[in-house]
Amino acid sequence: MADKTNARVLQQIRFLKAQDVVFFFVGLIVLCGAFLILITLILDMAQTGIPRLNQEFFFNFPSRFAARAGIYAAWVGSLCVVLVTALLAIPLGVATGVYLEEYASKGWISRIIELNILNLAGVPSIIYGIMALSLFVYQFGLKQSILTAGMTLGLLILPIIIVTTREAIRTIPNHIREASYALGATKWQTVSNHILPYSFGGIMTGVVIALSRAIGETAPLLAVGAVAFIAFLPTPPVMTEAPFVSFQWLMDSYTVLPIQMFNWISRPQEEFHVNAAAAGIVLLTMTLVLNTLAILIRYRFRKKYKW
Amino acid sequence: MKYKLKRQLTEKLIELLLFLAAASSVLITFFIVYTLVTEAFPFFKEVGLRDFLFETEWTPLFENAKYGIAALVSGTLLTTTIALCVALPFGVITAVFLSEYASARVREFTKPLLELLAAVPTVVYGYFAMLLVTPFLQKIFPDLSGFNALSAGLVMGIMIVPYVSSLSEDAMRAVPLSLREGSLALGASKFQTSFRVVIPSAFSGIASAFVLAISRAVGETMVVAIAAGLEPKFGFNPFGPTETLTAYIVQVSQGDLPQGSVGYRTIYVCGIVLLLFTLTFNIIGQTIRHRMEKKVK
Amino acid sequence: MVKNIKAEVKNLTFSYDKAAPRPVLNSVSLPVFENSVTALIGPSGCGKSTLLRCFNRMHDLYGAVKYEGKIILQPSGFDILSNEVDPLEVRMKVGMVFQKPNPFPKSIYENVAYGLRIRGIKKKSYIDDKVEDSLKKAGLWREVNDRLKASASALSGGQQQRLCIARALATEPELLLLDEPTSALDPISTAHIEELVGELKKAVTILMVTHNLHQAGRASDFTAFMYLGDLIEFGESSQVFTNPKEEKTENYITGRFG
Repeated sequence: MADKTNARVLQQIRFLKAQDVVFFFVGLIVLCGAFLILITLILDMAQTGIPRLNQEFFFNFPSRFAARAGIYAAWVGSLCVVLVTALLAIPLGVATGVYLEEYASKGWISRIIELNILNLAGVPSIIYGIMALSLFVYQFGLKQSILTAGMTLGLLILPIIIVTTREAIRTIPNHIREASYALGATKWQTVSNHILPYSFGGIMTGVVIALSRAIGETAPLLAVGAVAFIAFLPTPPVMTEAPFVSFQWLMDSYTVLPIQMFNWISRPQEEFHVNAAAAGIVLLTMTLVLNTLAILIRYRFRKKYKW
Repeated sequence: MKYKLKRQLTEKLIELLLFLAAASSVLITFFIVYTLVTEAFPFFKEVGLRDFLFETEWTPLFENAKYGIAALVSGTLLTTTIALCVALPFGVITAVFLSEYASARVREFTKPLLELLAAVPTVVYGYFAMLLVTPFLQKIFPDLSGFNALSAGLVMGIMIVPYVSSLSEDAMRAVPLSLREGSLALGASKFQTSFRVVIPSAFSGIASAFVLAISRAVGETMVVAIAAGLEPKFGFNPFGPTETLTAYIVQVSQGDLPQGSVGYRTIYVCGIVLLLFTLTFNIIGQTIRHRMEKKVK
Repeated sequence: MVKNIKAEVKNLTFSYDKAAPRPVLNSVSLPVFENSVTALIGPSGCGKSTLLRCFNRMHDLYGAVKYEGKIILQPSGFDILSNEVDPLEVRMKVGMVFQKPNPFPKSIYENVAYGLRIRGIKKKSYIDDKVEDSLKKAGLWREVNDRLKASASALSGGQQQRLCIARALATEPELLLLDEPTSALDPISTAHIEELVGELKKAVTILMVTHNLHQAGRASDFTAFMYLGDLIEFGESSQVFTNPKEEKTENYITGRFG
């Protein structure tokens, strides 16, 4: 009798062990499967696109002929737009994060701001686009300009920067603040001399991830009316005669890489799909480089400060 | 004395500036709601709510215009459902694997990779869906049309796996070790402990991950705009073309869009519907999550 | 009265890290008598919890560990520490109750039924009987019989700990391990549990780690005093507490250190 029960138990243990092993491999396959699918897709795209990546592709304007079309206007446009985005979103986002973590009392005002940011992070990007279309393009009269695009994306990535800033600040232990106050520092002195430098790594990680998101974002710019066929560069910001600097480029028409890619995908001719693949590789490389950079920054700063 | 006054003044000024920055985020929400409502308002004066809700055709740019939002909503629900069928099981299995089975080293290596998965631009995912996944699926389903909800949904699903897995994993890792030990000490296997103790204990966290994933899938634009076709159709056929709320906005935006035109107004109408959907799911998700965080404390 | 041996520790040496100069347990040998309570006492860091956790191979959960020596369950002669034995099998035979009550976030009923369910038992009437029986043994039945479907987290700390005891009893373990079961409880709940331990030993052999010397004196039949990984003294509790043979034991129980 005892032997019989024992045999049953042993059999069950064998089953449980097998179940554990099976699940381990299921997990592994799912995890690797997701990566594998993605890598296959990327490799396939690379195979199509990489032969197109030559100097002309980077320095040609769009064309009706696929073989002559390039991404000159697109990558210059992307850089200009991201510059505006960064100038708007970084100060605003970091300031908001600092305010919420270091200044705001736990009252209803900060509750509302917090809830609001949580919800803004969940608003689909295309909604930012149609909001900007009504507000920036028509009511402010900014037209389909680099400024409009930059501001639209700036608002879009603001929640990311705020959230990561707050997380970075939160990792700083309270005794650092107390040490600063004990020496007679004011709040702002504490923030500028201690909080911001120590959380710099975390904030930068968030900023880089947010900017990489902005570079890849397509939908809101389609909504504000970005055009793909731009055969000129924005006005240079430096002039040979007084006043030597010009902000005319802010008001220029533009195109960006993802829009250019979308345009090429949407065309029925297959030659343009090759261009799309090439633009996709450029875009993917840019975002992956930025994200790797973010991971490295985080890793370095985690090593530097151990509380 | 003068120095002290100056110091106090600077402090107050800086605090005011920081407060204004924080308050500006509320202004963004205000502008979103304000523009959507004011731009869409004239539309509802012309089109009755009944036609809007119960008509099944959406042809605002045709001569005989019909305004049945159900066509776009059904497309949205269809692609979202397909995406969730991929993202939920894959996301949860990944989360259990990373939180309960994988070693710390595997985890440290995998998490950034999953983040990279989430960083790929959506237009690139759109390319995958239309030019790689659809031709592949056509070998299995010869009737599959060139633009279809299926491949758009599948690719979107892979895209949101990282969201589901990272939020679910956070929730599982927050389950106290003592519960796992209690289960294992009774002779339970890892699998039994994971599925009978850890997942139920982390349930609200996982549920909020699901809800937030739904919200993301509903709001996703480029993949469906590129690969799902641009034909508003009431129905749930995954093999044929369809159109989502987001894809409609993209489609109309590509044409000339003077302020006040029919096309212009309809994108704000779609925007409102879209915002209502995502906002509802976001609020549900956050409430569940908030409750979970309270419970853990 | 001569008692049968239920479990026997033979020359057990154990360390978490093979490179460590000194093992956490150093050649410990100890008998555990059937239907009695054996208390493990000693200052913190003496290895008493480590020893307890060898009895159900909990250490195996956290990386590859190496046991030297044996723990033999009688009368079967089953060696808990043998490499051929799966920790799962050990834990099906040996129950454990932890320092802090750790009920699962399930109903009271499901908590007690859990051990049976993971063993693949599905018969409802059998599980019902077992749940009632275990709750009665743990002295909790009268308090909860009208709300078995209620969440276990609604119970008080002492009730939760008795629920954890019931949970361990439901699977009829050969040996029950208690790891400082009252350290997180108030004095009244502690008294409850001590009383309960005295009752339970009629049904199951108990091995208990405690930081509370009075508790060891009151609730146990045998006491083992450990110090820095060595077993210093083992004997009937009355003897160890009134007439210790070793100087270290005497110093400890008279409060000169620890």
